[in-house]
Order: sequence, then structure tokens, then C-alpha cells
Amino acid sequence: MILKALFAASATAALLLALPANAAELTIGFSQIGSESGWRAAETSVSKQEATKRKVNLKIADAQQKQENQIKAIRSFIAQNVDAIFLAPVVSTGWDSVLKEAKEAKIPVVLLDRDIDPSGKELYLTAVTSDSVHEGEVAGDWLAKTVGGKACNIVELQGTVGASVAANRKKGFDTAIAKHANLKVVRSQTGDFTRAKGKEVMESFIKAEGGGKSICAVYAHNDDMMVGAIQAMKEAGLKPGKEVLTVSIDAVPDIFKAMVAGEANATVELTPNMAGPALDAIAAFKDKGTVPPKWIQTDSKLYTATDDPQKIYDSKKGLGY
Amino acid sequence: MTALLPRRGLAQILALIVILAVDRVVSPQFFDLRLQDGRLFGSLIDVLNRGTPVALLSLGMVLVIATRGIDLSVGAVMAISGAIAASLADSHSLTVVLAAALGAGLICGLWNGFLVAVLGMQPIVATLILMVAGRGIAQLITEGRIVTFSSPDLVWLGNGSILGLPVPVAIALGMLILTGTVVRASALGLLIEATGGNARASELAGVGTRAMILAVYVWCGVCAGLAGVIAAADIMGADANNAGLWLELDAILAVVIGGTSLFGGRFSLVLAVLGALIIQTMNTGILLSGYPPEFNLLVKAVVVLAVLLLQSPKLSGVAGVVTRLRRTKA
Repeated sequence: MILKALFAASATAALLLALPANAAELTIGFSQIGSESGWRAAETSVSKQEATKRKVNLKIADAQQKQENQIKAIRSFIAQNVDAIFLAPVVSTGWDSVLKEAKEAKIPVVLLDRDIDPSGKELYLTAVTSDSVHEGEVAGDWLAKTVGGKACNIVELQGTVGASVAANRKKGFDTAIAKHANLKVVRSQTGDFTRAKGKEVMESFIKAEGGGKSICAVYAHNDDMMVGAIQAMKEAGLKPGKEVLTVSIDAVPDIFKAMVAGEANATVELTPNMAGPALDAIAAFKDKGTVPPKWIQTDSKLYTATDDPQKIYDSKKGLGY
Repeated sequence: MTALLPRRGLAQILALIVILAVDRVVSPQFFDLRLQDGRLFGSLIDVLNRGTPVALLSLGMVLVIATRGIDLSVGAVMAISGAIAASLADSHSLTVVLAAALGAGLICGLWNGFLVAVLGMQPIVATLILMVAGRGIAQLITEGRIVTFSSPDLVWLGNGSILGLPVPVAIALGMLILTGTVVRASALGLLIEATGGNARASELAGVGTRAMILAVYVWCGVCAGLAGVIAAADIMGADANNAGLWLELDAILAVVIGGTSLFGGRFSLVLAVLGALIIQTMNTGILLSGYPPEFNLLVKAVVVLAVLLLQSPKLSGVAGVVTRLRRTKA
């Protein structure tokens, strides 16, 4: 009885609250990790843009890299009875109980950018993530196509040892070039995803490979390391982008600046637009009841110097990278 | 063993020579040098150039440790000064940029010194505060982005050359001479050692121990500020998340490898810088070797252990006993 009354009351309240706004307008709570990287900041600003485009009221809670803050944010979204919850999980475990609460409140949850522990598959609607193995493959395929039949010694700047992204981007690239006997990774070392280490490691590659004359291409697991590597090559008197091919991953604004200068060749985008596909999935789910697949893979788009890098730089530089 | 290593510093020089020899084995072109665009080019130059930030940090750190203190915040101070330098580089002259960045380092040092000398906090806790907060401050300055600049003056500071030598190396050398002169040409060094040896006794003997402690933290902050500017100039950008990350540990290690005790007292500036070079010679060797990166930290740990064992008084005692036993047998 009491429950029923409560339910009726809250339904009326929800109705009253919803009335002044557009009837179709959705309110979505987004528990964002925090400002751990430039890409993360770009993801937040693109999410806002995509929500505005679709006239969705997006409430973003910044968790400052702490899981307990994310759990608090999700509970508060449940209390506010939002239409859906987006979650960019800071870690992969420990979400079961809070996601069960969301499920009991019949609020669909969409994971952005990162997946959670497989035990919780039924607890979320879908996950929108990039396939980092595929990113490495796209990079490898581009290099194989560009090099053609001639022999090519590749040096690789790996991400942080132990990071799954680094392992996956290595695996994808290795798979792609394994099909071509003329492509060979001659040196591979970690640059910790940073510019400074990327530069230092590239300096040592150049010395170890006889002044760098035998290096035909550089593959870096992210653009920041490549920016450092480009500096190292220039200081050693090499011409990156011309004598030495470069391909990296992420598509941050500064790599497009290097492309404009003719010092970088290609980058594979890790799109900051995870919210767009998620919003579409939620809209379809709410309107027609279409249940999306458990995994929505984002595009790993390849950009090269022929794609008007100046224009892309201008469009990306305001996003907070 | 003690008879074999009679003078201070021999263990460090020996360690450096051994590591250099190993580097030569894993990378035959290690000692090759040539001129490239008016600057020397080769792995040895890389060692000096890449070792500069830690060498600068160790110059300040060794004085702090000599007073029985420790400064965990130097990495974060690097991030702050680098962020300030990068933000101002394209709109201000190099003088203003340097004054602001080094000034920030000085203020950070003053803060640490105040907590330790005036409020009497334990150094490890006092500097932990800035270690955590400092990176946050740097991130606030850069708004979480990598702030890039193109000011040729500041870029020269990181990538230019003086008489073929990279500018950072020349700066580090200058700082070593400056610090050495100030500390050793006056009684200052002795007073710092006295403070670390026994603060209370020194105080009673008329040494201004508070002023000494304050001064060493300030100098440590300035050195860290300079290291931060050089690190930013090197990559033409300030990366608040990663600049100077964990370098405080390398700086402490450099000081310890240089034979200065964490319990304060006697210190050596030259050996601390040598310690920084030992660490970098090893790092560069690892990068040149071509081993999978999973081995990096393991190799580093083993080498550091070996270098420290070489200096251990207990171990030289054991070695002495062994030789004596052998002699009696013979």
C-alpha cells in the first residue's frame, strides 16, 4: 500500500518535473573519471557538445580518479531518477552492488571508453569502447601499404609496461605486419606514453641503429611519444615524415601540427566521441525499445597528411587536449 | 677492501667505469662522438644531457640530506616551474620566464624550509605535502593539457649548445661549480654538516641551525626549479602529469650512491653528481641494449644493489676477514 502510494507520488512528481521541459528531453547522468589526461578532457567537452546537439540534459560528475566518488555520483543519479547513466569506470572491479541498484531502479547504464569485470555483463546495457588491438592493426596496415614491397626496419615506442592499451596496440601492429616479410620491428622499448621518454628512447634508437640511417619507420603507441621522437630525429639531422615514416595512435592536436610541418605521416584516432554512439543507443532504447549489442565499437579512423591536418588541428585544439 | 678503496669516491668511479664498460659491450658504438649541426652527438653526450635534471636535483638534495633532512617534493616543483616557464615563454622575455620559474622554485623551497625549520615538522612528512599538492598546482597552471611553446630563447636552453656541449650540461656544470664554491670556499659546508651531525650541539655551539635548514631547502627548491625549466625546454612543452615524476627518488638515490648518509653529516657534491651520472649511464645502456622493456627496472635494481654493496662498510669488513683467512692459510 505504502509502496504503491509512494510510487504514485513519485511518478506524479516526476511528471510534474518533466512537464515544463520538452516531453522528449532526456536527462542523463555521466560519471566521468576526472582530468587524468588531455584525451579525458576532450571526451568531456565532446560529450557536452553531443548532448547539446541532441537536446539531452547531460549532468557530468567529476570523480577525481576515485571509485568511491563514482559510486556516490551513481547513487545520486539514481536518487534523481535520471533516464540513463553513463559511466567511465576508473577501475574494472567493484561495481556490482551499485549497478544492481541502478538495475532495480530500471535505469539503463552505458559504459564509456572502458569495460568492467565480465561478471557484471547483465548489469549494464552496452559498452562503447575503442578496440585498441584494432588501432594497432590500422597503424600496421597503413605502414605496410605505404612502404609497399621494399624492406623496412621499424622501431617501436611502447606505452607503459603492463598497461593493457600498450599490450593491445603492440599485438595489433605485430599481427598486421606479420603478413609482410619485408617489415621488421628491429627495436622496441617503452617510452611510458610521455614526450620526454619518447625523445630519450628515440635518441638511443638512433645511436643504436648507426645514426638512424637504417630506420625506415617509427611506430609509437601514442602521439605524445611520437612528438618527442620527432624532436630527437630532427636534432640528429634526420628528416621525420620524409626519410623516416611515422605512424602513431590517439590523434591529439599536436600531431596534426607536426603533419602540417611535414614531420609526421599518420595517426589513428582514439575518438573522444564515446558519448555520441551511447546517446543514440539510449534514444533508440527509450523510443523503440531496441536493445543495443553488448559492445559498440568506435571507429579507429586513420588520418594522414592528405586529410587537411590544419583544419583538424583547428577543430581539435579547443577541446581541452 | 678498505685498503683497496682508500679514498672517498673511488667506489663510485669504479662503478661508473664498470657500467661504461658494460655499455660498450652491449652497444659497440657507445663511445662514438661526432659533430652534428655544431653540437657533439653520441651516446656519451646523451648520458650527460639526460642526466642533467637528476644531477641538478641531487645538488640541492645532497645539502638537504646533509642536514638530516629529505625533500620529496622536487619532482612536483619541477612540474610547477616547467608549467610556469611554458605558460610565459611565448609572451615574455627569457629573463622574466626564468625569474618566474626559479622564483616559484624558491618559494616552494621556502615553504618546505618553513615547515621543517620553523614548525619543526619531520622532513619526510613536510615535503610529502608539496609532493602531492605541487603536481596539482602544476596541473591547475596547465589546465591539464601539455602547454607547448616556440620561444627560441627557451628552446635554446633545452636544445642549444655551447662549444659543442648541450646547454643543459653546461648549466649543470655551472651550478655544480657555483654550489661547490659557495659551500666549500666558506664555512657554510661545515656548518651544514654540523647541523646534520648533531643539531642540538651545533645550536649550543652557536650555529644558526634553523637558518642552515631553511637555506638548504630554498637551494633545493631553486635547483628543482631550474631542472623543471630544462625539462620543459627539452620537449618544448610542459607536461604537468609527467614532468619530474618519481625523479625525487632518483635524486635521493644519486645522493646515496654518492656516499652521503641519510643520517646527515658529511656530504659530497661532486660524488652526488657522479651518482646521477651512474644512474643515467645505466639507463642509457639499458635503452641501447635492445632488451625487452620488462627488464628495465630489474636490471636497474640489480646494478644499484651492486653499487651500494661496493660501498657497504660491513661487506668490506667481510672481505677483509676473507683475505686475512686466506693469508693465514697460505
